[in-house]
Amino acid sequence: MLKALEGSQAIAQAVASCRPQVVAAYPITPQTHIVENIAKLVANGKMHCEMVSVESEFSAASVVLGAACAGSRTYTASASQGILLMAEVLYNIAGMRIPMVMTCANRAVSAPISIWNDQQDSMAVRDAGWIQLYCADNQDAVDTTIQAYRIAERTELPVMVCVDGFTLTHTLEPIDIPEQAMVDQFLPAFNFKRALNPAQPTSMGTLVSPDFFPEARYSHHQALLHAADEIVAADADWAKISGRASGGLLSIDGPDDAKIGILTLGSVYGTLVEAREEYPDLPATKIINLRAFRPFPVAALCEACQGLTDLIVLERALSPGYGGIVAPEVQASLTSVHAATRVHSFAVGLGGRDIPLEIYRKLHRRIQLEEPAPFTIIDVELERLPVEDYGVE
Amino acid sequence: MNTEKNSAISIEQLRRNQPRFEGIKSGHRACLGCGQALAARLVTEAAGPDVVVANATGCLEIFTTPWPESAWHIPWMHSVFENAGAIASGMEAALKAQGKSTKVLAFGGDGGTFDIGFQAISGMLERGHNVLYVCFDNEAYMNTGIQRSSSTPHAAMTTTSPPGSERMGKRHLKKDILTIVAAHHIPYAATTSIAYPSDIRKKVRRAMDIEGPTFIHIHCPCPLGWGHDGANSIKVARLAVQTGLFPVIELERTELIGSMPIRHPKPVVEYLKMQQRFRHLFTTKDARAREELEHIQALADHNIKHFNLQGDTMDALDSDGADTVRRGGMRWA
Ligand SMILES: Cc1ncc(C[n+]2csc(CCOP(=O)(O)OP(=O)(O)O)c2C)c(N)n1
Repeated sequence: MLKALEGSQAIAQAVASCRPQVVAAYPITPQTHIVENIAKLVANGKMHCEMVSVESEFSAASVVLGAACAGSRTYTASASQGILLMAEVLYNIAGMRIPMVMTCANRAVSAPISIWNDQQDSMAVRDAGWIQLYCADNQDAVDTTIQAYRIAERTELPVMVCVDGFTLTHTLEPIDIPEQAMVDQFLPAFNFKRALNPAQPTSMGTLVSPDFFPEARYSHHQALLHAADEIVAADADWAKISGRASGGLLSIDGPDDAKIGILTLGSVYGTLVEAREEYPDLPATKIINLRAFRPFPVAALCEACQGLTDLIVLERALSPGYGGIVAPEVQASLTSVHAATRVHSFAVGLGGRDIPLEIYRKLHRRIQLEEPAPFTIIDVELERLPVEDYGVE
Repeated sequence: MNTEKNSAISIEQLRRNQPRFEGIKSGHRACLGCGQALAARLVTEAAGPDVVVANATGCLEIFTTPWPESAWHIPWMHSVFENAGAIASGMEAALKAQGKSTKVLAFGGDGGTFDIGFQAISGMLERGHNVLYVCFDNEAYMNTGIQRSSSTPHAAMTTTSPPGSERMGKRHLKKDILTIVAAHHIPYAATTSIAYPSDIRKKVRRAMDIEGPTFIHIHCPCPLGWGHDGANSIKVARLAVQTGLFPVIELERTELIGSMPIRHPKPVVEYLKMQQRFRHLFTTKDARAREELEHIQALADHNIKHFNLQGDTMDALDSDGADTVRRGGMRWA
């Protein structure tokens, strides 16, 4: 049944339906509402878990790690500075191959401090070894959260569900919260075989010499690559139960024979689909929503880019001194099969800068240029900068 | 049967045959005379098998778990340097959610406890998790090669507090972690020392019986870091107590409820001169060296007064008697 819910509230209810036994979190905008909603569910007896209100994000990540190792399903959420404070533990969780789910309510990273949305935070921990799934809307966030638990527990990998801060977390939408029975049918009770157990003592997180380290990394890498199948399977199986699919690794919207493609991660997808209708005279365009960023779906991407002369990658984060973060990976993936496809990289909506429908027209115009720039931050108003910073672009 | 032969069975042999639970076994890579290895053995023996351990990064973690080996015979995990308190909190929350009574132990060095991991410990204590936190205090970051921590005693030499023309070793005082921990109003916080194994056992058992956060701080000499002969670790540890430099005390909430009396307080020089880390206080004619020695003596005197450590009569459990007393041929406790 559809209900008008704020994104955070919907995510909290989705989490509750997965029955985590331990939740630990520390408040940070725009994640706060998720945790507050969970606290409310717990306070009203609608969710039964140990809720540990820790003294930092660093401890939040550590608490859920300890809890998972002791055999419990867990949940945490954070954003921005909180994600960076967690970074050491995030690597640790993934390296130990601990199944768990967290939400990243995507937000820019300071300085300059900004509470608004971009995806710098999750991109900063791109290489931590977590599965990263980006949500296009709040229904997707609900379904992805539920799927994430199954993916995590089948692959023994942690999953970060990325939802754009404010754009999704603070937006009211009609959302279907699945019946508890549906989730129970989809998600078996947590059973972590490597959990610490006094009856069969094991040691976790031990010191590994150069004799074994590359092997540990190899197996972690393989696990992530294989996780692609579980992501697809979880989406398909959940679709059978719920009637909704989230696109698996990526989804494509638009005519097969389009020559132009735009690739996005997260909620900007909806903006683009709407914008395309607003500007019907512009060339036919495929909009590709990259749902799985880790593992990076090379094969699915190559298939999606069939026949494209131009692929525009919308970046929601920046690698200063280089440019976009997603486009280089896209370009590298395409070279062997679609070497002719020109890949353009545009950063949009940094630090919450509005992404209006008009952006669609702008992007089209940019790539018509004789020699388009390989990377551009869209909408930079140079006159807002001090004189000495002019001309850097 | 030959009775002669029977009586030849040695007490030692009998002891060895007696099954005793060991949480950490031999074969690990600790240095000879490592105080921490001994302390960890004593703690885990007393705590028993129904535990899970969260261990901070540090010597203990490193020397016990060179993959694919592990010296631990209890479920044990290491995450990072500064989160043992939070890992333990999570374990405890999980076990509680699962309705299990397994006790959670957290282990950290002084660096992982006094310094970088302090925030997570404070959070754990404040939230009242049912965890016994054990700090193995060897008074420096030993694992990274003897750098000063906030537990390093005043005037001690470490690689980051070297003596020189401008310095006499560490300039600052050893942090009073026990009082700080007790200020969280936890039910039990105690210090103890590897010189007194039965005291360690007794305190661990006591803490194990308490539902709530407890803290045991164990003084563990480090031959490499302190610069003494590994064979003398116990002696050095005992002198730290007998001089008053390391008071062995127990606090409930914030109240002092027990202390190990010192029968004959020894001058601090006896303790200091056994260790290379205080060498600069003896090898120089520098007036500052004498001043520092006086300063350290004053710190010991202060402890004795503050914690009322001076024993006035013979006491079987004072710093001379404890762990030498046997009952019916058995060690006490
Ligand atoms: C965040 C972080 N900073 C620094 C280190 C390096 N490091 C590892 S162990 C250690 C010192 C450990 O000292 P202590 O806690 O006193 O234990 P000990 O080794 O002396 O037993 C340091 C500095 C680390 N592992 N993590």
